[in-house]
Amino acid sequence: MSAIQVIPVHYYILLSVVLFSIGVLGVLFRRNAIIIFMCIELMLNAANLLLVAFSSYFSDAGGQVFVFFIMAVAAAEVAVGLAILTMIFRNTRSTDIDFLNKLKW
Amino acid sequence: MTIYLFYFLSFVAVLCALLVVFSKSPVNSVLFLIVTFFAIAGHYVLLNAQFLAAVHVIVYAGAIMVLFLYVIMMLNLNRDVEPHKPVALRFAAVVAGGLLAITLIGALHGAETLPKAGNVQADIGLIENLGKTLFNDFLLPFEISSILFLSAMVGAVMLGKKELK
Repeated sequence: MSAIQVIPVHYYILLSVVLFSIGVLGVLFRRNAIIIFMCIELMLNAANLLLVAFSSYFSDAGGQVFVFFIMAVAAAEVAVGLAILTMIFRNTRSTDIDFLNKLKW
Repeated sequence: MTIYLFYFLSFVAVLCALLVVFSKSPVNSVLFLIVTFFAIAGHYVLLNAQFLAAVHVIVYAGAIMVLFLYVIMMLNLNRDVEPHKPVALRFAAVVAGGLLAITLIGALHGAETLPKAGNVQADIGLIENLGKTLFNDFLLPFEISSILFLSAMVGAVMLGKKELK
């Protein structure tokens, strides 16, 4: 008995859309680079949830394997991103992204 | 029963995701994000993706969020010294996020006519089936992801070093 047989699949679509929008909202709303990273993780997780829901809906294991790859890419991204963040902190003594405007026209 | 569990987990996930964005201290944000990840892992269990739920908790709550907490503590950011954006920009961010949600919901209009799943295989989320799919159909991406990890590791070490002499 899987939840996908009881719950319509568009409920999962709505939940993923809401989580993804909260991630976008966080990226736009905050200035702290760490919070922005966490919101990117939230967006990746919204996509993961939708992949798992449709993998269950179509009884196809390919969707769940895709989620593994997304997790792998997220882990690599966080490792490199946090290394860049500590570099930025070492140079500017802050994680505020508004200091990083050298490339802005 | 399952539908109430779905509503509860969705409520916890959305509430804690909002608290990630709006909480003052970065440590609180990390803790709320961990709660969100546990709620999503609960969704995975409901969807018969048990192995994925375990991996999700281990990788996200166990590794990635610990990395975040470690960086926050190393940089000593647990003070409310963070300057916020001006009120107009924050209001614009909320409006933009809401508009994105409305647009996506509108674009996905019609999904409610999808029929409910009939007979689903209950065992595709088990490790045996996932391993068969991973090593038969997705062998090349699997090997490439190992190269990705190697390059990410080398890049993180290079970036984290003090000074290149």
